This record gives sequence, structure tokens and C-alpha cells, in this order.
Amino acid sequence: MKKTVRFASAAMAATMMLSMTAMAGETFKIGGIGPISGGAAIYGQAVMNASQMAVDEINAAGGINGYQVEFSFQDDEHDAEKSVNAYNTLKDWGMQMLLGTVTSTPCIAVSAETANDNMFQLTPSGSAVESIAPENAFRVCFSDPAQGTKSAQYIGENALATKVAVIYNSSDVYSSGIYNNFATEAANQGFELVSAEAFTEDSKTDFSVQLQKAKDAGADLVFLPIYYTEASLILTQAAGMDYAPTFFGCDGLDGILTVEGFDTALAEGVMLLTPFAADASDEMTQNFVTAYKEAYTDVPNQFAADAYDGMYAIKAAAEKAGVTPDMEVSDICEAMKTAMTEITIDGLTGTGMTWTADGEPNKAPKAVVIKDGAYTAM
Amino acid sequence: MKKRMNKTAKQNAITYGIVILAYIIMQSMLMTGHISSSLSGLLVPFCYYVILAVSLNLTVGYLGELSLGHAGFMCVGAFASVFFTKCMEDVITVSLVRFMLALLVGALVAALFGVLIGIPVLRLRGDYLAIVTLAFGEIIKNLVNVLYVGKDSSGLHFSIKDAMSLGMEPGGTTIINGPQGITGIAKDSNFTIGIVLVLLTLFIVLRLISSRDGRAIKAIRDNRIAAESIGINITKYKLMAFSVSAALAGLGGALYAHNLSTLSATPKNFGYNMSIMILVYVVLGGIGSIRGSVIAPVVLNLVLDYFLRKFQMMGDNVVLQFLSDNRMLVYAILLIALMLFSWSPKAIEWRERVFHKKQPKEAE
Amino acid sequence: MSFLNYLISGISLGSVYAIIALGYTMVYGIAKMLNFAHGDVIMVGAYTVFIATASAGLPTIPAIILSMIVCTALGMAIEKVAYRPLRNAASPLAVLITAIGVSYLLQNLALLIFGSNTKSFTSAVNFPAIKLAGGQLNITGETSVTILACVLIMIGLTLFINKTKPGQAMLAVSEDKGAAQLMGINVNGTIALTFAIGSALAAIAGVLLCSAYPSLTPYTGSMPGIKAFVAAVFGGIGSVPGAMIGGILLGIIEIFGKAYISSQMADAIVFAVLIVVLLVKPTGLMGKKIQEKV
Repeated sequence: MKKTVRFASAAMAATMMLSMTAMAGETFKIGGIGPISGGAAIYGQAVMNASQMAVDEINAAGGINGYQVEFSFQDDEHDAEKSVNAYNTLKDWGMQMLLGTVTSTPCIAVSAETANDNMFQLTPSGSAVESIAPENAFRVCFSDPAQGTKSAQYIGENALATKVAVIYNSSDVYSSGIYNNFATEAANQGFELVSAEAFTEDSKTDFSVQLQKAKDAGADLVFLPIYYTEASLILTQAAGMDYAPTFFGCDGLDGILTVEGFDTALAEGVMLLTPFAADASDEMTQNFVTAYKEAYTDVPNQFAADAYDGMYAIKAAAEKAGVTPDMEVSDICEAMKTAMTEITIDGLTGTGMTWTADGEPNKAPKAVVIKDGAYTAM
Repeated sequence: MKKRMNKTAKQNAITYGIVILAYIIMQSMLMTGHISSSLSGLLVPFCYYVILAVSLNLTVGYLGELSLGHAGFMCVGAFASVFFTKCMEDVITVSLVRFMLALLVGALVAALFGVLIGIPVLRLRGDYLAIVTLAFGEIIKNLVNVLYVGKDSSGLHFSIKDAMSLGMEPGGTTIINGPQGITGIAKDSNFTIGIVLVLLTLFIVLRLISSRDGRAIKAIRDNRIAAESIGINITKYKLMAFSVSAALAGLGGALYAHNLSTLSATPKNFGYNMSIMILVYVVLGGIGSIRGSVIAPVVLNLVLDYFLRKFQMMGDNVVLQFLSDNRMLVYAILLIALMLFSWSPKAIEWRERVFHKKQPKEAE
Repeated sequence: MSFLNYLISGISLGSVYAIIALGYTMVYGIAKMLNFAHGDVIMVGAYTVFIATASAGLPTIPAIILSMIVCTALGMAIEKVAYRPLRNAASPLAVLITAIGVSYLLQNLALLIFGSNTKSFTSAVNFPAIKLAGGQLNITGETSVTILACVLIMIGLTLFINKTKPGQAMLAVSEDKGAAQLMGINVNGTIALTFAIGSALAAIAGVLLCSAYPSLTPYTGSMPGIKAFVAAVFGGIGSVPGAMIGGILLGIIEIFGKAYISSQMADAIVFAVLIVVLLVKPTGLMGKKIQEKV
């Protein structure tokens, strides 16, 4: 027992040694938070890599307002509690602005903390309404209601279908958020919602029931407000049961063509409303994808694009506001809050992006359809 | 007999002493501002992890049954207490009073679930009991994830499908919103309340195990048939230990929920992963050692969420950077190494040989 | 017609659970430990096949054999390094926690080596789908092969345990380790052999799991692993035919629960059925009664 006590006190001493506060220096310190381990690691790692890439580019081009940028990314395992721990660690490091957090629920917890400290926060991909509730928080991606409503409107206005089925993840905030708004808006549109079936994080291998129900209900369009990992399974299983409706998705579906080993023929005719497509032909996207592949061997997904744009949005706003690293965190936040509503960004996830004071981005989603294994504008 | 009682009392006093001492040190650091944000942010988590570990140790160490659903009770306590807080926000405005009542609600609801689940489950034994507790934990998580509760002028609305089927009037608010759970929770907890709850938990558990009831519980653990044959009511005492353990887990969950502004049931925080995490604290601290359950969660969380995170900020050291970026990998290796070191008969023999003295046996 | 379709889906999902559960139950029956890392050995097996076929260009059969060799070696190494030292520990929980540590270790190593991106597994099964009732009912090739593999493995294991010397040694070790040792049985060797066989089965299970549901990530094995564990308990843990029956029943219950009750609550339904079964039959469907010694 003595030994445990001794160990505990040694740990305590070491703890105090480490509790040094960072000095305000000559560089901007920007932090990032997201899951880089656990089941959601795919999203966090993309954000971490793309942000680092943007920071390296910015530094090579002379930094922000002539100051270099330091970037530190902390793991939150897609958990609210760990996310707050990560935030506190970054605060000790001397973080001045936060690019994060990646997933919605942790983002809600962290934005309550940033509001308390009045620290500027820009989440690349926290899409729940509450994720950016405080006025110091902004986001790059669309909100869940925006995606759900816009999808329903798009399907209705273009008369893509008369009977629509939905397959969504009822244990996921993003997916059920879009579904709830889609279903609300569907009532106002000229199509009928014939089936809405869910799956959960713990049973996401077999989708035959959900597909069978959609088929039995005669749905000619299946709406998939989910991520591409599960969507690729759904497409495979639908093909196996000779069911070929139109599949329609949101930004989470983007990346389906780049899943290693995936037979892209299965995704033929899939439509999605997305701000980013990794094989778009414009020069900016091409350069980004090439550079990302070189550095991290993987093809970037939409989270990476959001993060990359986020870092450049911070740069633009910081330059507009003329902030310097020696300013107080709270003063930087005040200046950035105003500047964010004044900037216009041409990024990977949209051209002419602007922000409203409540933190939402203004950008038009592009509707694309997959043709011959590539995205084609509709 | 008298001497042994005194020895137990002394051991218990040391346990309380460690907690109080840690509180005094940390609180004085907090008051004087000599504490980093990351460490101060970990203080309340330390408290609820200790509460959870101590309460699980009652089931595992004293009742002798393996429960893999402890996080389920934590989840019930968390949601019940936050739901109470949300509903009473306008009625009770003194946050301390409201929080105390919320804690009570959390603990009572969890205790109720403990009894309801305990009655069927405790008939089973060994690994079958373990898998059924795991099943209950997963059921609770699944049900909470599809629960929608809204409030408008005509009262509360419930649905287990989606937000639309609540059928609320415009202007009604959704309190529990499916997988997103509850947001905008008042942060009522603080370190002092946390420590008071830890002391309360220790008091309840230590009193219980040294009481007449506690001896009956230990007798059942050591030899069920013998205990039954001398007239001990097996079901009653098993249920007692199990529901007290559940109530305390609910208390821990209520503290957890009031420390974050958002509450949702994910596989990470209320799934079997969390149950296993709490079990890791119990086993590392020593099965049946209450003091071990106080120390192990603190040390493990310090390593995982403090030191490993800090490594990243310590200059351009590639090794430290790697360790920090792969915290969970480090955790896995550490866990295996610690288990081998502390439990393998060979390692124990080796330790005794090297240190030339026998370790005093852990306090029962 | 949709009822039959659901039944077929249930059987195909269940056959995957069954093949994982066979490895689980085998190790549990002999070594009396819940090997939480079994699901992750499955993941390693699937990644080995994926790398061998996609990157190294190996044909399917040699790739599967390679994967079985890799998993067997891995299983034996885990047993020797992490489990054997704790076999006589004061509490059986010690080895359970270590198994969880091994599970986390394998997941995070895979994350480090293969990255977090999902890989789409190309089906290793080259067997045509069976279409019945004019194409209304569709039994995929993967399902047929998985069920066939399940039955073959079940028969093979039963014969091996009952008819061969090492198999008899396994039975003896599972009954009473001490007595087996006194009878001259190499207990360590027998348990190592159990892990070797269990891990080789995991490799096959990995290939079939990912052929039927072709999405591969470092966490692919963990949830099917838990479900298969439930299936093994359902059928009576330690019983080889029980694992197969438990697995298939679990798959059918999961699909029927989704189809006829609620797709949101599929997990709750599966676990609720498990609880009811265990309350009625506390040692699972085909489990042996535990003798109480006084």
C-alpha cells in the first residue's frame, strides 16, 4: 500500500512541475480538437492533417499578419468529456484560437467552455444547431437543419421522385438531425415519405431489412443522410437484392468513390448535395488533393476540405481584423467575431462564402450525380 | 476481534485522510490560482470516477459478482438528474438546492433500476451474470438514444420514434432530443461538491461492508452454500449490495452530467466500454481494496488525460510526440504491462524476492 | 414473401455470428476465459487478406492460408505473452482485463499501420447466388459459403475433440487442469493449441465477415465480436453446436426485431431476448448444467 501512496505523490509532484503556463510569444497558437482514435478517427485525422497542411502553406507564404502559426491538435475520442480535457490542455499551451471540434456533441460541450473564456472558435464540421450556440463560435459546414431542409426541397422542386424512403443512423446526431428536418420539410413537398428505417452504431453491418422495407413500400428514391462507410455497404447490399432506386445523400456521402477497393460502378447514378468533391476539376481542389495525397497517402474527404477552408478563413479574418499574437485571447475573439462577418472566402467547399453573425456560413451546396465513376454537376 | 476492528478503523481513517488531504492541496492550489486549466478541469472527473470505481468494487470485490453494466446505472442516474434539473430550472432557482435534489433523484432512479435489474439477474452466476449485466447496459443506452421528450403548455410529450411524433405545439421545447440527448445543462457541479460526494460514497460503502449486513454479503461471496445453510437470506443481501452499488453509480452519473453542458449516450461514455473502464480501475486498484479504487482512477486519468496530452507540448521530441498522438496505444500497452506486473504469480514472487519483504496483505 | 427474405437475411447475418462464435466458444470451453481480443484477431485476419490480395496481388486461396498462418502465430503469441502468465492469478478478472488490453492494442496498432480510412473488401467468395421463386428470393454466394464453412468447422471441431488424442487432451484440460497435468497431459501445450485453432478460425471468420459485409476498418471486429460472444452465451458457452445455433438464432432475432418491431431498437431487442433465454435456461440453450459441489 505504501508503494501506491508513494507513486501517487510522485505523480502529484510531476503534475505540478508540468503546470507551467505558456508564455505569450511571437507566434499565433491555433489549437484543434477531434477524434484521432476510436471509431470516429477517420474524421478527426482528416481534419488534423488538412489543418496542418494549411498551416504549413500559410507559414511558407509568410504567416498571418507577418507572424508564424503554430498548430497543435488534441485527441477527444469523439467524447464530450475528453474534448473538454483536450481544450483545457490546449489552453495551458497558450492557444489563442480554436479550429474545432470535429464532431457535433463534443463541440457543444467545448463551445460552452470557449464562450466562458471568450475564445474564438471555428468548427470545421460540428453540424448540430447547438454546436455553435454561443456567439464566439462559427462553422464551415452546413448545419443539419439546412441540409435536411435543402435536400427535401431539392427532391421536391426537381420532382426526382414521388415515393421516398429514408435510411438513417438513429444513434448519430448528424444523421438523425438531418432526418428530423428532412421529414418535417417533406410534408410541404410534392412527394410522399413512405418509409423511414434506422440503424444504430452497434448494428451497422446488415441493411437488408431497411432496404427490403423501402422496396416493399415502392420507394423510387432512397435518402441516405449518413456517412459513406455505411452507404457503401447499403449500395452493395441493394445491388445484391436487385433493388435500384435513385440514392440521394448529403455531404456525409462524399468520399464514397475513394473508398479503397470499392466498386464505383455500384455508386452509378447516386446523387448528393455536397460542398466538396475530391475529384472536382477546378485547380484549387486538384492542388489540394494532390498535396494531401503526397503528404498523407490517403484521398482527403469532406472533413479535410472543411478544415482546410477553416484555417484559411481564420487567416482571412485575422488579417481583416489586424490581430497580433500579443493580444489577449478575449480581444482577439472580439476582433475576429466582427471580421468573420466581413470576409468572403473562395474555398474548396464553396466560392464566395460569407458568414452571418450567428456563425452560419452562406454557401450554395452543389448537387452532383455520379456518372462513370466521377462527380458530374447536375 | 476488537483489535481487528481497530485495525480496520485505522485503515479506513487513512483512506478518508488521503481524500481530505488531496482536497486541501488541490483546493488551496485552486484558490491561489497555482493550477493549470487542464488539471483543474480534471478535478471533478476524478471525483466521479472514484465514486464509480468504489461503487463497482462493492459488487465485484464484496458481492463477488462481475458486472459489465455499471455504465448503464451511471447513464440512468445522469439522465434522470439532468431531466430533473431541466424541468425545475424555473421552479428552484438556487442552484445548490436544485443540484442536491437532482443528485438525489439520480441516485434513487438508479437504485430503482438496480432493484428491477437485480431481481432477475442475480439468479444467474459467473460469466452468465456478467453478460446479462452487459446486455442491460446496452439496452439502457439504446433506449435513451431513441427517447424524445418535449415540453409545451399542455405538459410533457414522449416519443420513442422521432422529434415529429412528439406532436408539440409551436413554441414547445425539446428536452431530450434522441441521440443528441440534452443540451444547455447548467454546470452546477464543482470540486468541493465532488469531494463531499466521494466522502459520502466512502462512508456508505465502508460502513456497509463492516456492518452485520456486510459480513453476510462477504459470507455469500466466500461460500454461498454455507451462507445459505446458516440461514442468510441470499437474495436479500445480494440485492442490497447490488442496488447500493447502482445508486452510487447513479450519483456518479449525476455528477458527470452536471459537469458538462451536454449529455448524450454514446458507446464511449455509457456503453460497455465505460463499464470496462471502471472495471479496469477496480482491478488495477485491487479487487476488494476500497483505497485502491480511490487511487487507481486518479492515477490512470492523470497519465491518460494529463501527462500524455502534455507530451505534445514539450518541444520537438519525436518520441514524446508519437506517444502523445497515440495515447490509446500507450494505454493498451500500459494496461497489459500493469496487469502482468501486479497479478501474475511469477511477477509477485519476483517482486517479493527483490524487495526482500512480503507485502502486507491488502485490507479486506 | 418478405418474411422469407427476412429469414434469409437473418440466416446470412447469423451464419457470420456463428462462425465467429465457434472460435469464441472453443477458447472459452478449454481455457475458461473470455477472450475479448478474438474480434480483433478477426480484423487482423481480414486486413491480412486485404493487403495480400490488393497490394501483393496474391490469389484468394493462398491469401486466406497466409492469413490463417498470421492469425495462428498472433493468437499463440498473445496467449504466451499476455494470458499464460496470468493463468494462475488470484482472480480470473486479471486475465479478462488483459484480454481487453490486447483488444485495444490490436485496434490501435491497426489504426497506426493501416490508417483510419475504410477499405472496401473484395469478396473472397466466388460462388453464384441462388435465386428462388423467380428471383424474388436471393441467397447470396457468401451466405451459402459461410453456412457451409460453419457446418464443416462444427463437424470438424466435434470430431477433433472427440476422436483425436489432442482433442481428448483438450476435454481433459477443460474438465480439470490439475488432474490433467497429473495424467501426463501437457496443459500449456494443449491450451496453446486451442488458441492456435481458435485464431485460425478467426482468420476464416474475418474473410467471411468482410466478404458478406465488405467494409474494413480497425474497429470492424469489435462489435461483431461482442455479438458473437452474446451468441456463444445464447447457445451455451463452451458448446460447439450451441455456438452455431446461437449465432444463427441471434442473426434471425436481430433481423426480425428490425423488421417487425422497430429498427431503432434492434440492439435492445436482441439483448432482451438474450436475457429472457438466460432467465429461463441459465446456462444457455445447449449449455451443460453446472454441478454444485458442497
